[in-house]
Amino acid sequence: MKIIVPVKRVASLDDEFEMREDGRDVEPDFCEFDLNEFDEYSIEAAVQIKEANPDAGVEVIALTIGPEDADEVLRKALAKGADRAIRIWQDALEGSDQIAIARIIAKVVEREQPSLVLCGAQSSDHAHAETGMAVAGLVHWPHAAVITHLDYRPGAQSALVERELEGGLVERLELETPAVVTIQLGINKPRYASLRSIKQANAKPLDVLTAEELGLSEAEIGVPGSLSRVRRMFPPDRRRSEMIEGTPAQQAARLLEIIKETLH
Amino acid sequence: MSGILVLAEHRRGEARPGSLEAIGAAEALKADLGPLAILIIAAEPQKYVEPFAVGAVDEIITVANPAAKEFEPHVYEAVLSRVIEERKPSLILLPHSIDSWGLAPGLAIALDAGFATDVFGIRREAGEIVATRAGYQEKVWVELDFPQKQQVILTLRSGAFRAPTELASPKITALEVEGVKPRSSHLEWRDPPPSGGIDIPGSKFILSIGRGIGDEANIEQFAELAESLGATLGCSRPIADNGWLPKARQVGQSGQLAAKCSLYIAMGISGAVQHQWGMKHVETIVAVNKDPEASIFGIAAYGIVGDMLEIADELRKQVAAAHAEAG
Ligand SMILES: Cc1cc2nc3c(=O)[nH]c(=O)nc-3n(C[C@H](O)[C@H](O)[C@H](O)COP(=O)(O)OP(=O)(O)OC[C@H]3O[C@@H](n4cnc5c(N)ncnc54)[C@H](O)[C@@H]3O)c2cc1C
Ligand SMILES: Nc1ncnc2c1ncn2[C@@H]1O[C@H](COP(=O)(O)O)[C@@H](O)[C@H]1O
Repeated sequence: MKIIVPVKRVASLDDEFEMREDGRDVEPDFCEFDLNEFDEYSIEAAVQIKEANPDAGVEVIALTIGPEDADEVLRKALAKGADRAIRIWQDALEGSDQIAIARIIAKVVEREQPSLVLCGAQSSDHAHAETGMAVAGLVHWPHAAVITHLDYRPGAQSALVERELEGGLVERLELETPAVVTIQLGINKPRYASLRSIKQANAKPLDVLTAEELGLSEAEIGVPGSLSRVRRMFPPDRRRSEMIEGTPAQQAARLLEIIKETLH
Repeated sequence: MSGILVLAEHRRGEARPGSLEAIGAAEALKADLGPLAILIIAAEPQKYVEPFAVGAVDEIITVANPAAKEFEPHVYEAVLSRVIEERKPSLILLPHSIDSWGLAPGLAIALDAGFATDVFGIRREAGEIVATRAGYQEKVWVELDFPQKQQVILTLRSGAFRAPTELASPKITALEVEGVKPRSSHLEWRDPPPSGGIDIPGSKFILSIGRGIGDEANIEQFAELAESLGATLGCSRPIADNGWLPKARQVGQSGQLAAKCSLYIAMGISGAVQHQWGMKHVETIVAVNKDPEASIFGIAAYGIVGDMLEIADELRKQVAAAHAEAG
């Protein structure tokens, strides 16, 4: 029984940044990269199912779509308990939106036939919140988004899940499997990778494929496979706070004044 | 392709506000795109007709299905696809709600429509729809278009568009959609745990702490600081997820709405859209953050770039000194 966990290498911007020459993204030199926070939780959820069912032969597969640099998030997933990893890339994937990314994940899902696909509820850089549920749409699988509880026994025809909605309201439901779900922060306590497991991760298999090798045509990948296109990206010209300058003591004093002014 | 279709969201018998905001967003686009229809999918759709008969709505389409007593993504997706194939609207608007997260991407795939989520600006340029959303933790804005797409589906950021209040008298059309089947079943609702007397919605003054606090050991001193200032202590989601403070203190979309707050001091909070949601009614926001580019500074009236622990230390000293002086 397999569980696929798609993971993303997300970017956060430095204090100062510049736009790329074509104005459609930030210059990558001004970015720091890490594993998407939500994916820490989906890896943990998958590994917990494996550990709770030691005789079920559960295999956890970490998958990422990205250039070579993205191997670092796969190694992290392997160190946190994934059994093997797959990375898909070719230059024509440049400019993909999340739907075009989902098309590739869906192809891997068709090929590997897992019982569960656990995506993050959203990515912490662009917060699209679309990739996982787009995969479900492409493979026509049952699905549920923003899951804070997942109860699944390998081989079962359904899973018990809880979705967390607005205002903290929880809906408990039964979902047919195989299924795609997206995992919300707080579903579990992700483990830290030990030094030993980091070392062991280097010995675990990491396969690299192109989208073409998966059987995707040129029309399905990259820009042609996308449902949106970035025209322009820019730092907004918005009203900014009035900045309180000075030493911490002066800043605190001004803050106390503001409290008095606002509340009286 | 012409016209605009808005999905009417409801939950536990109540119409949801996000769909009303989508009606507001559609109003400005009607002149270009054509009439506005609302689609209600429910076990008894009639009961939602009245709350959605507002603003620029021209038609309310109802689809009755016993499996849609509550939102079920597979039923919704199938019904929406069929109604959209029949009506051929050029623009489909949904709230960027948790229900839509489970629904909209599959719908976009099924229709091969242009698609963008969490949109807060829509305009037409040379006959094409251009949508604006944010990127890189709200630090940049992104304009998207949808080349060669006949239809576009957008999910709209909560609070970005104004819900109309005037009543309308739309035409009502009942449609039958056969053969759709749920793939999940609702078992129960669970309301958030009782607040234990913590009253974020009713508080006038909130001091809220986020992940910038660094360590659980620092929580206590902020609880004391809030008390000495007369503020209610609030927090961002990671602090509640960690179990450092009860969920009743969490401000934001999956927590509490600071509905009556005149002053909100956010310390070590980046300003994620889901946190901002909880602050949308606050009169004055003060942000303390060590990152001068944190998006919270885009909504705060006053900002302090600095270490929240240092600022808290100074506040404590100065409050203590003032007390001593007052004797
Ligand atoms: C469906 C959904 C619902 C959600 N609902 C909510 C919700 O209700 N409420 C909510 O809060 N979040 C919610 N979230 C999570 C949200 O997206 C963010 O992840 C969260 O708000 C981030 O919390 P934060 O600002 O404390 O942490 P971070 O984003 O990690 O920000 C920490 C900030 O602290 C600053 N900092 C670090 N050290 C210091 C220091 N010493 N002094 C000063 N500043 C410092 C950093 O510069 C940074 O800006 C939800 C997410 C999803 C997907
Ligand atoms: N490049 C990628 N490779 C693998 N998975 C991805 C990729 N991008 C997004 N995902 C998955 O989609 C989730 C985020 O959804 P979204 O906000 O739509 O980007 C992540 O947590 C991953 O599970």
